[in-house]
Amino acid sequence: MKKIEMIIRPEKLEIVRRSLETAGCAGIMITEIEGHGKQKGVVQQWRGEKYKVELMPKVKIDVVVRDQDVDRIIKTVIENAWTGEIGDGKVFISNIENAIRIRTGEKGENAL
Amino acid sequence: MINTGDTAWILISSALVLLMTPGLAFFYGGMVRKKNMLSVLMQCFIIMCVLSLQWVLFGYSLSFHPASGFWGGFGWAGLKGVGLEAYPDYAGTIPHQAFMIFQAMFAIITPALIIGAFAERMKFSAFLVFTLLWATFVYDPLCHWVWGIGGWLRNLGALDFAGGTVVHINAGIAALVTALVIGRRKNLDTNTPVPHNLPFVVLGTGLLWFGWFGFNAGSALAANGLAVNAFVVTNTAAAAAGLSWALLEWKRNGKPTMFGVASGAVAGLVAITPAAGFVSVIPAIIIGSLVSVFCFIAVSAIKPKFGYDDSLDAFGVHCVGGIWGALATGLFASKAVNPLGADGLFFGNPKQFLIQLATVLVTIGYTFIATFLIYKLVDLFIGVRVSEKEELMGLDLTQHRERAYTVLE
Repeated sequence: MKKIEMIIRPEKLEIVRRSLETAGCAGIMITEIEGHGKQKGVVQQWRGEKYKVELMPKVKIDVVVRDQDVDRIIKTVIENAWTGEIGDGKVFISNIENAIRIRTGEKGENAL
Repeated sequence: MINTGDTAWILISSALVLLMTPGLAFFYGGMVRKKNMLSVLMQCFIIMCVLSLQWVLFGYSLSFHPASGFWGGFGWAGLKGVGLEAYPDYAGTIPHQAFMIFQAMFAIITPALIIGAFAERMKFSAFLVFTLLWATFVYDPLCHWVWGIGGWLRNLGALDFAGGTVVHINAGIAALVTALVIGRRKNLDTNTPVPHNLPFVVLGTGLLWFGWFGFNAGSALAANGLAVNAFVVTNTAAAAAGLSWALLEWKRNGKPTMFGVASGAVAGLVAITPAAGFVSVIPAIIIGSLVSVFCFIAVSAIKPKFGYDDSLDAFGVHCVGGIWGALATGLFASKAVNPLGADGLFFGNPKQFLIQLATVLVTIGYTFIATFLIYKLVDLFIGVRVSEKEELMGLDLTQHRERAYTVLE
């Protein structure tokens, strides 16, 4: 099992979310975050003074999937979150040791 | 003769009506997604700035200078001749400028009402030009026809106590036109927008209800019995409509909602507006109870059926409620309430109902066509709608380089 964390543009949330559902992700966790990568920000104004906002609003989507689904899901995410401009975000993949469904006690992939 | 009590009441009423526009800003602002919150507040506030200037420079003159033509002309431009003496043809006991500034607040809130139809997708620059042109070529002439000396609908005998026609039907039809021409918001079918802050909607409703006492009771233009009547029926109709909407939801959807009561109260205030100085309290309950039924149908059945994206139901509440109010005035008006008014259908004068109907139809026809032309003109020169990317990112950042909220801090 792998966890895929996707940091994407907030305006891409809807389309990425739909595509994940179409690709067969049963569960999905969404968090609103602020942060920055290498790019650092967008220009905003404070009473006429322009300033760069270092922390950008982003959306983080977490899904936990079976190993064999990882490539397919990453491909879907990149297709849908891509604009080609700075700030498209990142995808992180990590191993998951185990998963347990609280209601039934099922373990591993059965719990996904 | 200037009466100090009357003057004080009109000044207070003017301030009350002004407060309705920030109230409306929160009423609408709470309903949009949070990426567009500031854009709605901004549109409402900038109207207070732009229209206040337009009004003293030439808007008041176009609307109220005595004349029998399309509008009042430029005789009172820059408030030349609009002084601190009374002008008895409009109000005999208050300074002319008090009447002028009271009317200014109506001219401000009317275009602000339309914002509900095109919220979340109009370019700010186009919005400014559209609003100024609309105020000048739609609001001012219509205001002149209904309320100005020499206005032809006024001479016809139309009753519009506080602006059901001039304000609500007018803005409501303009809302329908702009919603139709600007088109639906992106991804509406997959991603139904939910109000980002319902407490703001309720705050806005509270401010609107409060300010509406100035709107309706102030329209008596004196601190007298008529003002009291307007005050009482305004409160009564809002109460009846808020309750009625809640009951409708309870029956139909299983639970009454705060959003529903707020919508109902506003619909009730809209409906009683033209009638406030002509009807008594029992008709006010009927007007209020029924307006929620009509608006509920408009918002929950007619809008989905036809698919126009009147984002915040400016048409569904203001136009539908305004039409019902104008027609109800023709049904329930009574000379016992206001000897200067007229009797309605239920008091033996069917002709008044027909006059009301004619006024409604004229307003709908003129506003529909004129708003469409103004929209197309602005679209041709500036382009009205933001790009798809801007719409997805939200108007706060793309139109104003500001954000309403941060996640941290």
